[in-house]
Amino acid sequence: MIDIWFLTALILMIWIALSIIRVAAGPTAADRVVGLDTINTIVVALMIILSVAYNQLIYVDIAIVYALLSFVSTLYIAKYLEGGF
Amino acid sequence: MLWWELVIYIFVAIGLTFNGLGVIGLLRFPDVYTRLHAATKATTFGSIFTSLAVIGWAFAQLISTGNSWNLTLALHTFFAIICLLLTNPVGAHAIARAAHRSGVKPKQAVVDRLEEVKE
Repeated sequence: MIDIWFLTALILMIWIALSIIRVAAGPTAADRVVGLDTINTIVVALMIILSVAYNQLIYVDIAIVYALLSFVSTLYIAKYLEGGF
Repeated sequence: MLWWELVIYIFVAIGLTFNGLGVIGLLRFPDVYTRLHAATKATTFGSIFTSLAVIGWAFAQLISTGNSWNLTLALHTFFAIICLLLTNPVGAHAIARAAHRSGVKPKQAVVDRLEEVKE
């Protein structure tokens, strides 16, 4: 029952690596932000999975804080793209 | 195989499938808005299902071993799902609004109502 969590974490890392392609090759800046937002969501899921895999509760707390902070950073980048502060 | 193990496997499979579909949509769709449509909704759904698998595992461990650490894990994971549900749609809306205001046009679109409404 432990091995399924490490396998899930590996597949989620593959999805993150595929999203990095879009961040690197996006034609416009908005494409890169979309890729970054996707990576943030998958990292939260990955940390919750790793919490079970390593039996450490601190990963879930870090996932909560990461979700909130990445939300703030996404809003700031969107505000910067929009222009006109 | 016990029935709760089957439920956990199904939840993990649904979550991984939808995360993968979101990433494939992010790579394959033509412009920003369709990429945002695929990536945000599919990855939010998939992440919720992988987290639900963790909650199911924690409750199964709580019933079988009686360790209260698992109840803490389930509650914190539930709070992480709430944070994900609250923050993800707002972020996607902000990105779409910023992309339209910064001049990115939707490809192959016939009607752009937001352009007509905008002053």
